[in-house]
Amino acid sequence: MYQSKWRIFTNHAILILGALFMIMPVWIAFVSSTHTREFVFQNGLQFWPGEHFFENYGAILFDPSATKGRVTALEMLFNSMVLGLGFAIGKVIISMMAAYAIVYFRFKLAVPLFWVVFSTLLLPLEVRIVPSYEVVASLGLLNTYTGLILPLIASATGTFFFRQFYRSVPDELLEAARLDGAGPIRFFIDILVPLSVTMIAAIFIIMFVVGWNQYLWPLLMTTDDQLYTIVIGIKQVYNSLYEGGQIPQFPKAFALTIMATIPPVLVVVVFQRMFVKGLVETEK
Amino acid sequence: MKRVQFEHSAVPYLFVAPQILIISIFFLWPAAQAVYQSFLLEDAFGMSSQFVWFRNFEDVLSSSSWTRSAIFTVVFSVLVSVLSIAISLFLAVRADEVVRGAKSYKTLLMWGYAIAPPVAGLLGNMLFNPLMGDLYMAFNSFGFEFNHIENANDAAFVVILIAVWKQVSVNFIFFLSGLQGIPKSVQEAATLDCKSPERRFWTITFPLLAPTTFFLLVINLTYAFFETFGIIDVSTKGSPGGATATLVYKVYVDGFLGADLGGSSAQSVLLMIMVSVLTVFQFRFIERKVHY
Repeated sequence: MYQSKWRIFTNHAILILGALFMIMPVWIAFVSSTHTREFVFQNGLQFWPGEHFFENYGAILFDPSATKGRVTALEMLFNSMVLGLGFAIGKVIISMMAAYAIVYFRFKLAVPLFWVVFSTLLLPLEVRIVPSYEVVASLGLLNTYTGLILPLIASATGTFFFRQFYRSVPDELLEAARLDGAGPIRFFIDILVPLSVTMIAAIFIIMFVVGWNQYLWPLLMTTDDQLYTIVIGIKQVYNSLYEGGQIPQFPKAFALTIMATIPPVLVVVVFQRMFVKGLVETEK
Repeated sequence: MKRVQFEHSAVPYLFVAPQILIISIFFLWPAAQAVYQSFLLEDAFGMSSQFVWFRNFEDVLSSSSWTRSAIFTVVFSVLVSVLSIAISLFLAVRADEVVRGAKSYKTLLMWGYAIAPPVAGLLGNMLFNPLMGDLYMAFNSFGFEFNHIENANDAAFVVILIAVWKQVSVNFIFFLSGLQGIPKSVQEAATLDCKSPERRFWTITFPLLAPTTFFLLVINLTYAFFETFGIIDVSTKGSPGGATATLVYKVYVDGFLGADLGGSSAQSVLLMIMVSVLTVFQFRFIERKVHY
């Protein structure tokens, strides 16, 4: 296609500016995290790396006092991993099963049950946060992984993705399977699940990132810092920055921020094609 | 629905059971509680409560802080959606045109999807820190008397900037794949007929992207309503004086920090109604798109 030289030049200039706009805040946080606290306090935010990378990140990862609590960043990363994986696995399994029942079966309660599932879209967790907290508290699930993960799974987004996908699967497959004598469970496990592998992977990646990045619910749920996820941990560290009359520990707070960002960004970049395909196709 | 279906009594119930169980316990029950509590008035110690019909709703709707928050939410949501859609559409059109480095640009512009809203908020907080924030100092050195801690407009500017920054990559992904879905033959015919890239964009490309844009508008409004909670809670916390508190943030502040259960529940129910309207709107649109 014809493009003028000027157009090509501005294209690159604009895209480079756009990329810088996205990257600069994270870059500044990263390089500022590799200096000593005195240096950052006196000289402000930095644009080039310092020499204290291993010192600061080592302290954050292994020394509980660096994160102002009883947990290290390593433990917080573990909690985030449990939340991300638990949320993604739970969501994929539960919504695959529910969508299968809704699409492939004729049963009495199909329509009302579909509407129950659909209704969860009307009221995100953020809106029913106070009563949700009370329910989880009355079940004795505060400060547990179960209480952290299950309420987040109670929404229908995954079910709709799979419903959409199953409807695009050719009917002939079911007819053939039935001729060969396969029952509903057999059809699900041997035919539908293998067919959905790419779809499962894509939704899994999206859900992992969504789970990892959860904020409000873990913030209310986890009063015990042993269960802090890294996203919650950052907030606590920033809150205590100005305590005790010492020079604020900015570099370590930035280091924690960077560590919370790396895992989900890596997942999205490494599985980019699958992730983009999943995002664009499921939300249609 | 499928033409061919299984007819089996117990199996479908077994398959929906886990989802229905979780929804009942963690969605229907709390939602019902929210509606119930919105009709109750608790005394100061939370010991007893009485049924007061719509008084909580009247209190909420007539309070100036709620009205102010509602206005802020609308302005904030519209600005965030329009700005982030405009920026990412602009970037996506350019990224669709480049040949060299196309893949790298795509990666560099889409990774932001993975950033958690509170992390975005903290990065913004860092850049606007009065002690050392580069943007704070830059604005002030250019002669603006920028002070987001005391000035409501400046605070709103900070929150909007962070929220837009966080949302650009999602919109970019959708626009780029929308652009790549436009057939090459259409693009080439347009190039032959019209030399100016700007006119080509407004007469050919943009109308073809209209469904994507509309879909993204709904997605972005939902994002600005709910997901910006994390951004607000770590950057301005709604200050100064509640000027940057969205409705969702206010539900949290009144319910958890202020322990006003009835008022907070009434706000939840009002939000629920607003979201229902938005969702119905979205679904009607999607259904229509499917029929075309």
